[in-house]
Amino acid sequence: MLHTVNKSVFERNSLQSCLNTIDDSSVILLIEDGVISAAKHTKSALLADLAAAGRVFALQGDVEARGISSKLADNIKLVDYEGFVDLVVEHGTAVSWV
Amino acid sequence: MATKKFMYLNRKAPYGTVYALESLEVVLIAAAFEQDVSLAFIDDGVYQIVKDQNTDGIGMKNFSKTYHALGDYDINQLFVSAESLKERGLSADDLMPLVYEDEDDDWAEKPSVKIVSNAELKELMSEQDVCLSF
Repeated sequence: MLHTVNKSVFERNSLQSCLNTIDDSSVILLIEDGVISAAKHTKSALLADLAAAGRVFALQGDVEARGISSKLADNIKLVDYEGFVDLVVEHGTAVSWV
Repeated sequence: MATKKFMYLNRKAPYGTVYALESLEVVLIAAAFEQDVSLAFIDDGVYQIVKDQNTDGIGMKNFSKTYHALGDYDINQLFVSAESLKERGLSADDLMPLVYEDEDDDWAEKPSVKIVSNAELKELMSEQDVCLSF
């Protein structure tokens, strides 16, 4: 499955809810304000293990818009819109954590 | 018209919601009425004035440049929560160098951004006639 999260980890608990229920093969794509969760900060430990396993992606355009390209936590993979489509195709059912 | 002290509280990251842009619009309106305007950036609002924003990839207007114009409207008190910056792994160096020209000091260029503690922010808020939160 593909889980998309579009809210900042500082603003809502969408990411936490996603992490509470994600299975061992699913991946997370951070989009819109969700990319704030991909930066190095006091909450980045939440995602660290999944990222180390190569299972956390962030939409590059949203990262660049918010000026955090140089602030990303380790192992976050950037994708463009085409990469977004590839993830949807590859992982089937998508869950949108709004 | 009597001058009042207005503070705009900015709490949301830019682009994901319309709050940041709407706040900026209202700030400029208040400035046109020659009110005493200050801005506070707290929580994810600190991302509004982070430097190197590039919106080419999302097809939205990069309105971060507009913050540079605030000084020309005599808006030169931009307070940023130190706690909110720290929590997000950000520092003063990550913010845009926003400045204004001080007419009382031979138009010397001075920084508009001041990083304050939440305790200082509390004091600043208590001095306001109007606080508007976005």
